Amino acid sequence: MSEIIKKDLSEIIELIKKKEIKSEELTNLYIDKVNKSKKLNSYITTCFENAIQKAKEFDKKPNINSLLPGIPLAVKDLFCTDGFKTTAGSKMLKNFIPKYESTITENLWKEGAILLGKLNCDEYAMGSSNETSYFGNVINPIAENTVPGGSSGGSASALAANLTPATIGTDTGGSIRQPASFTGTVGLKPTYGLCSRWGIVAFASSLDQAGPMTKSVKDCSIMLEAMAGFDKKDSTSIEKKKENYSKNLKTDIKGLKIGIPKEYRVENMPKEIDELWNKGKNILKELGADIIDISLPHTKYALPTYYIVAPAEASSNLARYDGVKYGYRSSKGNDLIEMYENTRSEGFGDEVKRRILIGTYVLSSGYYDAYYLKAQKVRQLIKKDFDENFGKVDAILTPSTPSSAFKIGEKTNDPISMYLNDIFTVPVNLAGLPAISVPAGLDKKGYPLGLQLIGKTLDEQNILNVAYAFEKNCNFKNEIKNWWL
Amino acid sequence: MSIDKDKIKHISKLARISIDSKKSDLLAKDLTSIFKFIEQLNELNTDKVEPLSSILNTPLRSREDKIDDGKIREKILKNSPKNNEEFFVVPKVIE
Amino acid sequence: MSKDKFDYYIEGKKNKYEVIIGLEVHAQVSSNSKLFSGSATKFGAEPNSQVSLIDSAFPGMLPVINKECINQAIRTGLGLNAKINNNSVFDRKNYFYADLPQGYQISQYKNPIVGEGKVLLDMPYGSKEIGIERLHLEQDAGKSIHDMDPTNTYVDLNRSGIALMEIVSKPDLRSPDEVNVYIKKLRTIMRYLGTCDGNMQEGSLRADVNVSVRKIGDKKLGTRCEIKNVNSIKFMQMAIEYESNRQVEMLDDGKKIDQETRLFDTKKNETRSMRSKEDAHDYRYFPDPDLLPLKIEQKLIDELKKTLPELPDNKKERFINDYGLNSYEANVLVSEKDISDYYEEVAKLSDKKLAATWMMGDLFAMLNDKGLNISNSPISAKNFAELVRSIKSGEISGRIAKEVFEIMVESGENPKKIIESKGMKQQSDPKELEKIINEILTKNKDKVDQYKSGKEKLFGFFVGQVMKQSGGKANPQLTNEILKKLLKG
Repeated sequence: MSEIIKKDLSEIIELIKKKEIKSEELTNLYIDKVNKSKKLNSYITTCFENAIQKAKEFDKKPNINSLLPGIPLAVKDLFCTDGFKTTAGSKMLKNFIPKYESTITENLWKEGAILLGKLNCDEYAMGSSNETSYFGNVINPIAENTVPGGSSGGSASALAANLTPATIGTDTGGSIRQPASFTGTVGLKPTYGLCSRWGIVAFASSLDQAGPMTKSVKDCSIMLEAMAGFDKKDSTSIEKKKENYSKNLKTDIKGLKIGIPKEYRVENMPKEIDELWNKGKNILKELGADIIDISLPHTKYALPTYYIVAPAEASSNLARYDGVKYGYRSSKGNDLIEMYENTRSEGFGDEVKRRILIGTYVLSSGYYDAYYLKAQKVRQLIKKDFDENFGKVDAILTPSTPSSAFKIGEKTNDPISMYLNDIFTVPVNLAGLPAISVPAGLDKKGYPLGLQLIGKTLDEQNILNVAYAFEKNCNFKNEIKNWWL
Repeated sequence: MSIDKDKIKHISKLARISIDSKKSDLLAKDLTSIFKFIEQLNELNTDKVEPLSSILNTPLRSREDKIDDGKIREKILKNSPKNNEEFFVVPKVIE
Repeated sequence: MSKDKFDYYIEGKKNKYEVIIGLEVHAQVSSNSKLFSGSATKFGAEPNSQVSLIDSAFPGMLPVINKECINQAIRTGLGLNAKINNNSVFDRKNYFYADLPQGYQISQYKNPIVGEGKVLLDMPYGSKEIGIERLHLEQDAGKSIHDMDPTNTYVDLNRSGIALMEIVSKPDLRSPDEVNVYIKKLRTIMRYLGTCDGNMQEGSLRADVNVSVRKIGDKKLGTRCEIKNVNSIKFMQMAIEYESNRQVEMLDDGKKIDQETRLFDTKKNETRSMRSKEDAHDYRYFPDPDLLPLKIEQKLIDELKKTLPELPDNKKERFINDYGLNSYEANVLVSEKDISDYYEEVAKLSDKKLAATWMMGDLFAMLNDKGLNISNSPISAKNFAELVRSIKSGEISGRIAKEVFEIMVESGENPKKIIESKGMKQQSDPKELEKIINEILTKNKDKVDQYKSGKEKLFGFFVGQVMKQSGGKANPQLTNEILKKLLKG
């Protein structure tokens, strides 16, 4: 029985549909494994009672025509869930229980999924290793002492360790794709505006996108189909018809033009990543794609641009955490201002404070033009780079990350080296494009590495297809040994 | 741009985060190196570039002028750190 | 202050100064729901009952703009003869305050929805144009209540997120009187347009007042102080008086004025520096990434233009040109939409000039006495028109009309009915009048003789007798004519 939870989501859905397993049985299998896997620290909150009850309800009246029939799912703890604690990995919200449901999770429940728990993440999604969470760091199931990446580290860890059959994360600068790459899983950041941001704790509004994290590309297409859709409550939601990503998934990529941007061959990049990238090119070539060298000249400016735009927006988005309406309030301080200052000093962790201060600074009087405005101009150039090349190519292939999973504590004292983790993922967020990280191989330590496919605006189907074809021909196998059990 | 303790003091005041002296030293060091990294952007001449105003090319959508929200006082006060049935309560404000 | 010549200057110990005033008026947009949420905007609701998750800034909440608020801002812009910007941007103004749940106010900074415009003021010394710098849309904050508890402040977010129009004038105002006329003019325009109810008691109209002074003859503007959030015209005027005198005194003492935000203390009638705003000047404006740039199609502007009501300046011109009113009458009658509506209804049914005279005389005096507005006048426009018609046709005299008017006020009845039932109709039958006059002349033979020998003053005595005899109903004109004729004979 416990073999079932090792299966892909799409296979599990089939079992449910064929009535080979009941939702309640399935849910219990996950509960059992989650209970035995506390060491990974991937869950902040478990919602087992709810899950069992909902599973029973499903089994009584199973709607097998929905996309996620009776499937228990744990989600990143950045999605507000009605009646269940939503912490954003922060002390600030450690007891916060929303009385509303995010649009994305609501969409999942409507498709038959069941909330299993809330997954650990970097505080307010600020981090690349899941070490900034107030609830402690998360461990990557590939090896003890390695980070799962971040900020959706809990999601990636739980998924790779089979503590949920699929999950959702959010991606502001790589927070889905980098942990997917670190854990040998699939992660997709959709086009900005495809998935509603309503009810997701905001980090940087112009960059944040929710997306699926799964064990296979097919699973990814199912999850995206369930999540995506126009939401009138989000002014940046794109008004368009729903697409059947899973039904339209295909492996024929003959004649597709795949761009290889030379600027992604960065200094000091491990040789094995370069080799892996070549391997990717060759596989796609063999499948009939045309490989075309392209140039995205402003790539190296993406990360500095990101570290202006994202903190600026965050400094404003996080101003609402002031101890007045909800969340943590310091007991120290005699007047309102002291209450604010102590609440925010005690309630936020170091990385969040660092970014709020960066953001406050770049927007402050006398510095706005030099930093924020400059960054928005460079952001325009970065977007133009992509726009121009998407006249020539259908998708772009790059490595997902400049390294494999690193050791816990290895980069915590050097913010810049931590930030450099997102060097390949950040440009995509700045341009609002869709991109998927798909596992491509293992490095010599046996740690997984991913390749990233970047698509045109709203061309999710296309990058899913390329990733699907690649996956089928890559023979990647994740070697997770359940060492923590 | 080198960030010193005075700047940290100024921006932490603006951001309403109290920072003690020890943390302030560390932050000054971190922020100095981060801004050095950020300032790579100065290599680029952007005089003729329009800043990006939005990643989407669609116009702002609007809603009809209908009352379809509110009347949820209990819900919005439920999470407030200082309990009161009618108001949010904060330490006295001196104007 | 002389009425026909501008002379508001401040004499300091050393120099004479003029006062330079600019206003930032915050006008609450008339709309059912808030600017970015579907909560109600009604005044006086239970605390925190008109608050959504968006207005109280819960995590993950997002703004969606109210179409009507955009239209109202465009209408107001058109009413101020201003340029409507086809592209504008919503920015976040970042600062912390207990009644600002998001930690920022969504406002418009560099690209407002409405650009430059102008407002005409009718001052006793002539008409004066006040420049409008801009109009932008923004969210209102909630309300902090400081006096319910000795150690705590209570926060009510009902107002949080209601749409405001901030109307920024150029520094063209020069006296408290001009401020008074300007605010009233703005309010009139917005009431005509239906874009703001202008109710100052309920806080629908408030202003930040920028005051500076400069020596007569100087070209450069002096350093200004901003007096925040003044909510009545009287307080604005008092604040300006106090503040300009304070500045003059400082300058003549050789001191420098600090540019600062001040508060008008209504108990002490003075302005003072606002401590809590001291370090909050750096608002870190940036475009709100939760919203996209606002594009306004010319088509929408043209459509709204077509549906605008006639505005006071145009109406005034029409009253003068078509109705034969003088400038003063026209001014008074367009000053409030309700008044002009009432007048137009009366004028439609009766003599326009006479209607104006009677409205501005007896009707206004009565309303004033009773503390009523035209909208709750005990005399309907239709009945009032009937009264004017009766006067004009000579059916009743002016004196009788006043009596009829009094009865109308008490009973609300139709004047025709009153005149009929009380037999107040004017005596206009020459034969009847001749009969009365002859009787009087016969009775007062001595006086007739005196009159004939040159004491013409006695004519008034005879008129009085006729009136007395007829119970005031004798047609005065006819009485005069017949008297003259008979006295000659």
